[in-house]
Amino acid sequence: MKRYLPFILYGILCFVVIAGARSGLIDTYQQLIIMFIGINIILCSSLNLINGYMGEFSCGHAGFMAVGAYVTSILNVWLFTSSQIFGEPVLSPVAAVFLFPVTLIVGGIAAALAGLLVAIPSVRTRGDYLAIITLAVNYIVKSSIENIQVIGGARGFMGMGKVVDSMTGVLNLPWVMIWIFAFTAFCIWVLNHFVNSTYGKGIIAIRDDEIAAEIMSVDTNRMKIVAFTLSSGMAGVAGGLFAHVLGYINPGSFTIMKSTEIMVMVYLGGMGSLSGSVLSAVSFTLLMEILRPLQVYKWVLIPLLLIILMLFRPEGIMGNRELTDVFPKLRRFFPSKEL
Amino acid sequence: MAILELKNINHYFGGLHAVSDFSLKVEEGELIGLIGPNGAGKTTIFNLVSGFYKPTEGEIGFCGKSISGLKPHEVTGLGIARTFQNIRLWNSMTVLENLCISQHYRLGYGFVDSVLQTRRYVDKEKEVIKSAREFLEILDLKECENEYPKNLPYGLQRRLEIGRALTIRPRLLLLDEPAAGMTAGDIEQLIKLVKWIREKFKLTILLIEHQMKVVMGLCEKICVLDFGEIIAEGIPSEIKKNPRVIKAYLGEEVTVNA
Amino acid sequence: MPGTAFHYHKLFLNDGLITSGAYKLTLEMFFQNFLNALQWGSFYALIALGYTLVYGVLLLINFAHGDIFMVGAYIGFFIASFFLGSYAFHLPFALSGNVIFVFTVIITMVLTAGVGVTIERVAYRPLRKKGAGRLYVVITALMCGLVLENGNLALLGASRKSFPDLIEKSIYTIGGVTFTNIKILVIVTTILVFLFLEAIVRKTKIGMAMRAISYDRVAVLLMGIPLDIVIVFTFILGSSLAALAGILFVTAYPVLEPYMGAMVGWKAFIAAVVGGIGEIRGAFVGGFILGFIEIYVAAVFPSTLRDLIAFAILLLLLSLKPTGIFGIARAQKI
Repeated sequence: MKRYLPFILYGILCFVVIAGARSGLIDTYQQLIIMFIGINIILCSSLNLINGYMGEFSCGHAGFMAVGAYVTSILNVWLFTSSQIFGEPVLSPVAAVFLFPVTLIVGGIAAALAGLLVAIPSVRTRGDYLAIITLAVNYIVKSSIENIQVIGGARGFMGMGKVVDSMTGVLNLPWVMIWIFAFTAFCIWVLNHFVNSTYGKGIIAIRDDEIAAEIMSVDTNRMKIVAFTLSSGMAGVAGGLFAHVLGYINPGSFTIMKSTEIMVMVYLGGMGSLSGSVLSAVSFTLLMEILRPLQVYKWVLIPLLLIILMLFRPEGIMGNRELTDVFPKLRRFFPSKEL
Repeated sequence: MAILELKNINHYFGGLHAVSDFSLKVEEGELIGLIGPNGAGKTTIFNLVSGFYKPTEGEIGFCGKSISGLKPHEVTGLGIARTFQNIRLWNSMTVLENLCISQHYRLGYGFVDSVLQTRRYVDKEKEVIKSAREFLEILDLKECENEYPKNLPYGLQRRLEIGRALTIRPRLLLLDEPAAGMTAGDIEQLIKLVKWIREKFKLTILLIEHQMKVVMGLCEKICVLDFGEIIAEGIPSEIKKNPRVIKAYLGEEVTVNA
Repeated sequence: MPGTAFHYHKLFLNDGLITSGAYKLTLEMFFQNFLNALQWGSFYALIALGYTLVYGVLLLINFAHGDIFMVGAYIGFFIASFFLGSYAFHLPFALSGNVIFVFTVIITMVLTAGVGVTIERVAYRPLRKKGAGRLYVVITALMCGLVLENGNLALLGASRKSFPDLIEKSIYTIGGVTFTNIKILVIVTTILVFLFLEAIVRKTKIGMAMRAISYDRVAVLLMGIPLDIVIVFTFILGSSLAALAGILFVTAYPVLEPYMGAMVGWKAFIAAVVGGIGEIRGAFVGGFILGFIEIYVAAVFPSTLRDLIAFAILLLLLSLKPTGIFGIARAQKI
């Protein structure tokens, strides 16, 4: 029973929020923030796998996010809406309710494949060179989208609002939010199991000492590819959700700046700490909203705060520990499978 | 049949001829010492055997199969484990986790199993942890199970590293200066430990060491290297007297005429 | 984030000197673009030198460097305006544009070096003393860059400033190839800077100390080399070169805006890596390679494809030689 307690608690939380959104107790703006928190949790924890657990330096996460966002959006607009680009819907718009998670996963797979393309040539390189490769890939993705005029080029792509409308038309629920909740939980669940298995700890061994890992029977190349593919796939899912929250995307949403933002969240939370990533995604998103009235000064203040934080606590909020390490009592609620 | 056979190995680092025409046959169950002055190419040979370097020329055979060109983790999977000159443990993970990860090659489950925590995952994981605990017991490290390696005393870290190599279940163990930086008491223990694991696991061992006490106390056969070449081979008592070895270690004798 | 205004680099494509779009690639055009590429590559090379110097010594990717370039350009703008009497102060005697230019360059280099050293002192050094991981320092560098960019935006507003014409532009035409004195100035300065740096690093004591540090930081301390002084010197060199690049850049393309450093900085960093980061020759050659790729791609293809093709070529170069052109793979010791 206790094993399922976190899931039950999370389910109740989701239910309350959704009910609140449905009844209007939580207004649209607050809903938006809640949805961004979810998306940021996915982005942050998935990048943490590479930058934190594996100790590599990937700085093009937004590029993979863009791949997922565009693939999911195009699929949905093509399948479920009548648009200028694709004409009449291929499937009944009603089907969107059921197929929305499928298209999200397809977007995730597309991003994972893009990640695989990057990972295979870069397994030999480490640290700084991976930084360049991912940086360049981020530019290449953005620039490619800008040059494909069919999907709007630099002007952007829209029509996802109609998809959401047709879903609410079937049953009046905040569908995008529901799926954000679901995928956030799913990603954390997958990552948590992965990094706590002996198999997944192979990537932590890479961070600690790659040579020892390779010589002590860890297939480092394979582990790197697995981690990179997983991480970029999750970024793709987050991108698909992001696109449907906004209803409109353009290449400008997926710049190096976006990647930087995600990196900042990872470091803020602590490298190699999933609970740190969740905490920092929540607090960072809220901080951004609280500081919104400052306008441009926000972007002076936030980096300054981070620099100061680095000086006093360079390992981030959680370091590489988990909440359960800091408060052992929490373990009661998060017991690992009996071994 | 020789368990390990190196045939005419040559290895270059740029212009440096690090290992030159090196041949060595290690029979099952032997304990061979590899000694020589610093920079003689001893560790390079270990790196060649464990697959970290690919020999420029020559052939390495393990149990009759060629292993040159295999990746290090593949070589390890075949049953060759090693320790490092300067300890290389995974310091952000506990002692127990260190001993689990080194069993990566025989995990037998993959990403999907680890995420879904399938039956196979649970079984294998249990097995791996059980065997890691056994090794902790054997090495008298049981109390340190949840300790981080960097917090252990130096001697224990060395022992843990040997333990980590043992979890590979090797047939051939390469020990790279296991006594480096140890106190006299530690060294006594180490000699006992190596003798004991050799008996217990029926290991063939190749040992690099500078401490003559360890080499003379353990090895049946010694191979002396200088500038990447074997200059002498034989039983310890012969090696001690060999003029070429004395020359390599102490330099040329100079006769002073009064 | 507000940093989506990376349109700056598109500006220069329309200044008439660089012809973009499809047209016949004649020999004249080839040489014309050759000169343009040399100039454009010069900017990258000068900035890449700063990345490489700091990396060579600290193994730190100083992501704030692109913004130091921007700060340099702005400081230059204010110094030049000051000398031209745009503020309440008037010089008692009139100076010619060229003299003002020289003064502007010198003062700007000094001031910008101060900015670079301040960042090192305030943000990087405490982290280094604490032994924080390299990646944390890189994040701090990114944050410093954001502070500079957005601090500038907050203080001076989003409106662009235009750099005064200090040097009278003269245009020469030889065999159908047009070039300006400014272009020559940029290219020659870059080559001189390169020779100067090579001399410093190879011949002077402090230069040798810089090279030694990248190999073994602990041993260097034990040999009695003052680590902090060498690091400060490195930042002085890197930042003043970025300032020089900034002034030359706005002399050639006289528009200033807060985000002008971001894009150019990232690209110059990639150029430094392609050349082999940590190597002065590498930064120089990498910068020019990037310049040539960009100019010729823009000459043959639609300019929107420029980044795409440029980055694809750079990736290809890197996958062919992962350590960069002049970089040497350091053997890992085990």
